[in-house]
Amino acid sequence: MGGMLNKLCLGMVLAAIAAPAFAAAPPSAPLPPSPRMPHYRFVNYTTANGLPNNHVYSVLVDGSRIWAGTDDGLGLYENARWRTFTTRDGLAQQAVLSLALDKRTGDVWAGTMGGLNRISGGRIIATYNQLNSGLSNDIVYGVSVEGKNVWVATAAGACRLNLDTNQWSIYTDTNTPMKEIWAYGVSAAPDKVYFAIWGSGLLEYNQQTRLWDIYEDPDHQTDIVLFKDQGLIHDIVSSVSYVEKTVWVATYFGASRYDGRYWHNFLTKDSGLPSNFINYVKAVDANHAWFCTDKGLAYYDGANWAVYTPSLTNGKPEMWVSNAQGHAAHIPVTTAPANNYMLGIDFQGRDIWIATAGGLSHGIFEPQP
Amino acid sequence: MNRIGPGGRGTSSHRIATLAALIAALLIVAPWRGQTVHAATAPQTGEVLGYASPVELLFSPDGTRLYVLCQDSGEVRVLNATTYAPIQTIVVGHVPRGFFLTPDGNRLFVANSWDDTISVIDTRALKVAATWHAGMEPSSVVEDSAGKYLYVANRISNDVAVLDAHTGSEVKRLAAGRGTSYMTLSPDGQRIYVTHVYPNPAPLGSQPESEITVIDTASAEVINRIPLPSIAGAFHIAVTSNSRLGVVAELHPKNLLPMTQVEQGWAFEDTLTLFGSGVQNKTVEVPLDDLDSYAVRPFGVAITPDGSHLYVSSGGSDIVTAINLPHLQRYVHTQHGPIVYNLAAGAHYVVARIPVGKDPRGMAVSADGRRLLVANRLDDTISVIDTPTSKVVTTIALAPSRRLWTENFGLQMFSEMTIATPGQRRCPACHIDERHRNAKRMKLTPQQQVEALRRGQQAFYTASYSFHGGMGCTNCHIDTTMDGMRWNFEPAGLGRNIVENMLLEDIRNTTPYDWSGINPNLPTQGGPRTEQFIWRSQNFDVRTLADLSAYINSLPARPNRWRLPNGELTPSQQRGKQIFDRTVDDFGKPIPLANRCNFCHSGPLGTDHRKVDVGTRGPNDDSGLFVTAQLTNIALTAPYLHDGSAATLEEIWTIYNPHDQHGRTNDLTKDQLNDLINYLRTR
Repeated sequence: MGGMLNKLCLGMVLAAIAAPAFAAAPPSAPLPPSPRMPHYRFVNYTTANGLPNNHVYSVLVDGSRIWAGTDDGLGLYENARWRTFTTRDGLAQQAVLSLALDKRTGDVWAGTMGGLNRISGGRIIATYNQLNSGLSNDIVYGVSVEGKNVWVATAAGACRLNLDTNQWSIYTDTNTPMKEIWAYGVSAAPDKVYFAIWGSGLLEYNQQTRLWDIYEDPDHQTDIVLFKDQGLIHDIVSSVSYVEKTVWVATYFGASRYDGRYWHNFLTKDSGLPSNFINYVKAVDANHAWFCTDKGLAYYDGANWAVYTPSLTNGKPEMWVSNAQGHAAHIPVTTAPANNYMLGIDFQGRDIWIATAGGLSHGIFEPQP
Repeated sequence: MNRIGPGGRGTSSHRIATLAALIAALLIVAPWRGQTVHAATAPQTGEVLGYASPVELLFSPDGTRLYVLCQDSGEVRVLNATTYAPIQTIVVGHVPRGFFLTPDGNRLFVANSWDDTISVIDTRALKVAATWHAGMEPSSVVEDSAGKYLYVANRISNDVAVLDAHTGSEVKRLAAGRGTSYMTLSPDGQRIYVTHVYPNPAPLGSQPESEITVIDTASAEVINRIPLPSIAGAFHIAVTSNSRLGVVAELHPKNLLPMTQVEQGWAFEDTLTLFGSGVQNKTVEVPLDDLDSYAVRPFGVAITPDGSHLYVSSGGSDIVTAINLPHLQRYVHTQHGPIVYNLAAGAHYVVARIPVGKDPRGMAVSADGRRLLVANRLDDTISVIDTPTSKVVTTIALAPSRRLWTENFGLQMFSEMTIATPGQRRCPACHIDERHRNAKRMKLTPQQQVEALRRGQQAFYTASYSFHGGMGCTNCHIDTTMDGMRWNFEPAGLGRNIVENMLLEDIRNTTPYDWSGINPNLPTQGGPRTEQFIWRSQNFDVRTLADLSAYINSLPARPNRWRLPNGELTPSQQRGKQIFDRTVDDFGKPIPLANRCNFCHSGPLGTDHRKVDVGTRGPNDDSGLFVTAQLTNIALTAPYLHDGSAATLEEIWTIYNPHDQHGRTNDLTKDQLNDLINYLRTR
């Protein structure tokens, strides 16, 4: 008990020391010079204009087509019209939590609360669940396709489906270093596959050596950061994105970036993140990434931050930017994403599509003079 | 004539084959119209004369050569397209099923279904220039018009592999229907249409459903899946020269109707589906059958270059149906509602039923549209049809394939085989034991064994024994496998004892037969039982039944694709084998003998031949006792259990084994069950 109190006190002291430069709350006045960050005009889709449900868990850009995984079906936006896939069409369950595109074949994989679907040629052609296949659990939080393998993050471990042989492999605490088996996200590349493990850090699979490794919060603390930039920010990992040999990690207590040698952590107090509660991260490359938080969408360009959200107080569109020195500025905008609670993002050229708790948002890139 | 290619069969066979070809060239080339000339050759010492079994035909672009794909001999025969004189024989892989000639005529790709390879033949040198790896059981091959990608339809892995057309390296695989088999490139080069021979998985008790998988060659992606409702086996597709109309040959089963239902077509209807802009981008299914005679197992489809006629080969009926295509389109456009059950419809578009050889398969139309050549698989002939008159004007007999007797054809079973002499007395009660008592036992020479097997094969593939000539063994056992469906044979009453269909390969020594175990041997199963409940017409004569049984007994298991090449097991498969062989459960409790996997599924075939109640009796079953199923290539044979209620291997234990009657499995973790299934797939 005494030890816990000591840690708590130490945490409060460290937090007080570190706090001032960045603030989670939006700045009250512009502070020049403000970095040039991308501007968007947001067009929002809701049930009013054809979206199956306003609670959008996931979004996927597939060329000119947009897939939206919602709480009540899988929406496909094509040629300015929405089509909805439901359980009557073979959807494993109506709540679609995750989406992935097989860029080689054009097939789409949808993870639901009741199994995994494969969509090809405009139809749902396969359903995998824990009863009819080797899938470890019906709740599919994440899916990623790499080569002939589909990697799946479920509520009861990680899985791999070999598409050539139709054979499943299950990875849990019995055969990998993970201590918990809640896999919340997955990002697969030819060299490595990363799983976001809720409560057990970042799980890495090396495709060459076929060995597993785990990255955990070095202090294992839920409420303080004792070792900044010395490891993963927190063990409760919600999402992962691996691009250009750099892994970006979202947790419920901040974000991390790891390039294979150095860790860099991001918290509201020392970055432009609007919240430490991060649902989803998607990297553009080794230096640029997007973060979906409960208080808006954040973009990081390697030095500066931009946040896009409807105001948490009055719902009015807001954008603010901050630079590496912590100087922040409001940017006047007239549109914002549909909701501040962000759950997913994907890119369509310079445009972005965002899954939110209040609809699907299309951020149309607007060049600035 | 040289026999060339990988794994050449020795210099002696080269010389023999050369001699055979010379003889064949003299004897086979048929200037006689409407007659068949057989090669008058005899086996030399130590060899047997096997069968070529032509399945597909192609003309060279300049029209000078005819390429004949021979399935049983594993060859491509090259003939002069005018005189039909043999030019060359090229040895390819095992059980070649499809081939494709590049538009410049320089490369011929052959899909070797049992080797999982593609033979690349240089047609200028008439040699196999390369052999590429493909997926599981490649069955046809198509190159896109740009010459960039080679598409390979893989029957077992249910996909189309996309290979680099220059190097053969695999780029990706596109998911297609179950039993992906045949492909057609549209004349405009924009689309590849793909069919599959088993129905796609469907909910229990629903009608089968298939699809035409449409690949866009520009993106090399599947862009559409055209539904084929109620279709359970689709074969070749032909597309008109303007690419506006496609036609697919297919089987339309009525598996959940009682076999006594003959109105609007019997257990199988033989149909075509039209698709494309020529039918307003809808699908229209039309019957091939007549009211009292069927065009069984439509396989090959060919359209004349001017689009005036469509030809369909029917393997079970030994005919080619000639259809006036404009008449068919006009008829389709004037009809409202389904056409497919109107067996009088053919009067509006069928021009002729042209008798050809046994089990006609692939066809080729000459560039001028005046000749249609038909590969008659089971009598080693090619019928040449004069299209203006719809008459067979010439029949080309292919030379036999000489094999050294030392080669293992799986014929050892004949060493103790008995065969009945033709014309002997039949037992009125059709008791097979009576047949055996009356049978004259005789020892067969190797050549007689080969010939008996061929007769059995012909009996297996013909529909001539059934009511109205409506179906044959292979209607349900596609290419000697299964059809992935459940059937209602109603011996115990309509809607009762519905059973799923089994793989026929490697079933020798798996007696008794039928899920109920009612048939003590294969002649009983294939004879009186089949005659009573399926053919409902004439019976097999004694010799035919013996030949048929011998043929089925001779069927080897196709190569298992889940085993490692060196025969070893992967770590997961090893763990699965330990579970299969275990004697103690995960909690340390001994598993009763009868509740261990390897007790009932014992021996190399995985069956103890006993009837066991594993708790799967359904409300429509008279008994819960079913014969232990053999495990041979079990990965291929979904659905599972006697009634096909388990859609996958997993469901056998996750859904249908709640009380551990089908082995002690409820203690297993999910990854242990995966290991067990990964092992079972190697059986």
